[in-house]
Amino acid sequence: MIGVINSSSPYGNQSGQESLDFVLAASNFAQDISLFFVDDGVFQLIEKQTPEQIEHKNFPKTFAALGFYDVENIYVCAESLTLRNLSYEALCIESTLVSDSELRTLLSECDTLLRFG
Amino acid sequence: MASFSIVVTSPPLDSQGAYSAYRFIDAAIKTGHTVSGVFFYQAGVLNGSFFQSVLSDELDLAKKWQSLGEQFEIPLQVCVTAANRRGILSSEDVRENKDFADFNLKPPFISVGLGELITQINQADRTIQF
Repeated sequence: MIGVINSSSPYGNQSGQESLDFVLAASNFAQDISLFFVDDGVFQLIEKQTPEQIEHKNFPKTFAALGFYDVENIYVCAESLTLRNLSYEALCIESTLVSDSELRTLLSECDTLLRFG
Repeated sequence: MASFSIVVTSPPLDSQGAYSAYRFIDAAIKTGHTVSGVFFYQAGVLNGSFFQSVLSDELDLAKKWQSLGEQFEIPLQVCVTAANRRGILSSEDVRENKDFADFNLKPPFISVGLGELITQINQADRTIQF
């Protein structure tokens, strides 16, 4: 199981896009992936984003296709949402809300972790 | 003895990550471990450019990567997409796109797809990201 941690907001750097590139490539190689959104990474999941206004590719749109790529373990840090006054209902894809301790357990179950922050 | 896969996502100059990776690899090999490969991704691809010129009394990390790759025969793999986005081009990239006059990626660095990273992760006992 490869764990991919997303911890930065979508457009301030290239991490979100290149994390997604990695996840899609890994799914092509039939890898088990767990995707984690923590800290500012939760901003990647806000629905109805319009990055076209800043001439940025709308890569979060692709999150909706992750199920098609058999990426089904998607975890969102509940505390990161709360701290940013975001609600689970505002997210663009189906995901599992996890507490800090659940997050630690899930991360420890991964064989490999890559962080995109 | 373990086999390590190293992922470098830090740029050469603006953080210490890439140098730490270099030190780790050197130490691992000298103590009998193996490093199955080094994969450069995100800003880490900038390490692959040989268009780096530093002052003579400063650390020349590009040169160190080059001698490490040659001395230990470790594949230094650079993600082609991440590299091209950041102005890192191989001779093949330049051949395919006439807009570019020259290339700045050469062996022991090689331009590869992300699939190589997956292979590398699966082959090693542990993967460490710098």
